Amino acid sequence: MAAPRSAGTTPIAASNRPDANDRAQTIDVLGVVAALAGVPDPEIPAVSIVELGMIGEIEIDGSGIRVELLPTFVGCPALEIIRDSVADRLGMLGLPVHVDVSFATPWTTDRISPAGREKLRGAGFAPPPQVRPGRSLPVLDVVSANGALPMDAASAPDPVAADVRTTDDADVVPCPYCGSEQTTLENLFGPTQCRSIRHCPDCRQPFEAFKPI
Amino acid sequence: MTAIAEDRAVQTTLAELLLTMADDEFVSGFTDSEWTGIAPLLEEDVAISSIAQDELGHARALYQLLAEVLADGRDEDALAYDREPEEYRHARLLDHARGDWADTIARRFLYELADEARLASIGAGFKPLADLVQKLRREERYHRMHVVAWIERLARGGPEPRRRLEAALRAQGLDAPTVFTPLSGEAALIEAGILTRGLTEAEGAWRADLTTILVPLGLELPPHIGPTPDGRQGHSESFRWLWGEFTSVRRSEGGVTW
Repeated sequence: MAAPRSAGTTPIAASNRPDANDRAQTIDVLGVVAALAGVPDPEIPAVSIVELGMIGEIEIDGSGIRVELLPTFVGCPALEIIRDSVADRLGMLGLPVHVDVSFATPWTTDRISPAGREKLRGAGFAPPPQVRPGRSLPVLDVVSANGALPMDAASAPDPVAADVRTTDDADVVPCPYCGSEQTTLENLFGPTQCRSIRHCPDCRQPFEAFKPI
Repeated sequence: MTAIAEDRAVQTTLAELLLTMADDEFVSGFTDSEWTGIAPLLEEDVAISSIAQDELGHARALYQLLAEVLADGRDEDALAYDREPEEYRHARLLDHARGDWADTIARRFLYELADEARLASIGAGFKPLADLVQKLRREERYHRMHVVAWIERLARGGPEPRRRLEAALRAQGLDAPTVFTPLSGEAALIEAGILTRGLTEAEGAWRADLTTILVPLGLELPPHIGPTPDGRQGHSESFRWLWGEFTSVRRSEGGVTW
């Protein structure tokens, strides 16, 4: 009964919007991704929203740029700041911008790119264990032909499947400072919704770890 | 948004479902937030505050969907804050005051597992809700792990914690099934694929789930109380006090932009 998500939008007739269409022809999905790579996460500026996997489908046509923004957590208080940053950044490309906050593709920690994981570690945050062992992480710097980033809803794990692992002491979460694999979970919850608190007995540091979700 | 439901009856009941879900999350989250700064352990202060933030975020997303379905000009803030106490439709279980830590754990436990059974009953018939629920369930897993760990800790924590937990489960267990108060027109939602089963059936799944945790700990299951058509009406004095708290800032400056 709900309208299905359209795979594409109908371009506005060229005669109506000549300037926008000219621009639309010179801006491609890679250009949009490159622009968004300059939008940092407000809480962890070392990593971009593209590296975190928060960008879903991108559509470009004569009516402008439409970007799907995937919230990490439903109640994320940084979401409005991120949405405004995306609109500002893409506004520089000279086309109308529409940012669509969407749950149609659920964000999971598997969407964080390898580069993003390294940057998190460098900033003192343990990246999340992979939700499904053996499954490759999405590579966000490769964009498929239809503009969708290569991690789509169809390949996402079932949210409540029995084999979806969660953070507990059986999962090895190496210390982001010294690499020790002996770290312990101190608190499932942390200073933000997306993080837990762990402790490293070897370098005696508390640290924050991304909750696998 | 395009026509959400062609059928007026479906639309009315969908709005009722969204309102009950949103109000449950909102009142639960607000009650939990009262522990910020006074929880029994510093780590627990962080945990319960984060859970409260999650629940309020879930409420916001559900009120946003409700606003689209109602399309009467009210946004999520108006729906959350601009109603009179008797217009809220949260379950009577959530009418209980914060109480002591055992009361909070008992209430969270009974509610969290009930909410899980309800979320598991949402079908694909209304895609925006199905999409949101898929995301909510990932987050709620953490709430479940947290509260089940506390139930075990209190149940095995010696005479005083156990006595308090048993008393809290007994006092709140009576009202716990009100989360499954039937919706008028529920059959229409099942017909439209928005629900995959009735709330009475969801209650059965909830009881089976509770059994796997409570029975090994030697704790009593909530009693069967039969149908409770008024399970989401006639709120307590505790809730009226809470309502005064959570609407106070909003009421102090009507229509102001923050």
